[in-house]
Amino acid sequence: MSAEIKVDKVLDTKGMSCPIPILKTKKAMDSLLKDQILRVETTDPGSQKDMPSWANRTGNEIVKVEQGAGVFTFYIKRTS
Amino acid sequence: MANKKMTIIASKGTLDMAYPPLILATTAVAMDLDVTIFFTFYGLQIIKKDNADKLKISPLGNPAMPMPMPIPALIATLPSMQAIATSMMKSMFKKHGVATVGSLLELAKESGVKMIACQMSMDVMGIQQSDIMEGVEFGGAATWMDAAAESQVNLFV
Repeated sequence: MSAEIKVDKVLDTKGMSCPIPILKTKKAMDSLLKDQILRVETTDPGSQKDMPSWANRTGNEIVKVEQGAGVFTFYIKRTS
Repeated sequence: MANKKMTIIASKGTLDMAYPPLILATTAVAMDLDVTIFFTFYGLQIIKKDNADKLKISPLGNPAMPMPMPIPALIATLPSMQAIATSMMKSMFKKHGVATVGSLLELAKESGVKMIACQMSMDVMGIQQSDIMEGVEFGGAATWMDAAAESQVNLFV
């Protein structure tokens, strides 16, 4: 359950298509401090691959992914 | 560590072909790349002032274009078909939550994508520097080549 992860910021990109969820994730992540966690909700199926690729390239860490009712939820930790 | 770099040559001025350079440029910036887009030939239409959301789709010569019913090639030549195809495509984009070309262009500009307009194409097509949106620089093939030689990703669209 998500209760065990302390979330510092929540981003809702439901209904938005590529590349907007990634652009908003980047912007939201820039507003966090090191080790803080962003929760991003998407409905874009492409984000299942895109979000890990984005995290890999920017050096952020996806600590958990949840899927349910067409919504993908990513918990991403800022690592620097 | 210095950022990786990407350049894109945007050479097309239809609605569908304006998307790839802008989607890739904004995504690349979000992934910590420095991006340069070189707008040449019909690609200049994307950065003419207040023109990004007026770009059109041509069904002509595009058998892959999805239509509600099969459209014979000859019908596609009728004047209204371009407007019909454009409005159909725009409503499909909207329904799927896709950003408009204009808003992606604005996001690209805000996020620091460097934009260069091809001066030679402008001269040939009679486009003045004052016709181009603010923040765009003007240059030629050597300007792109200089950026491209420093980049890990170079695309021609």
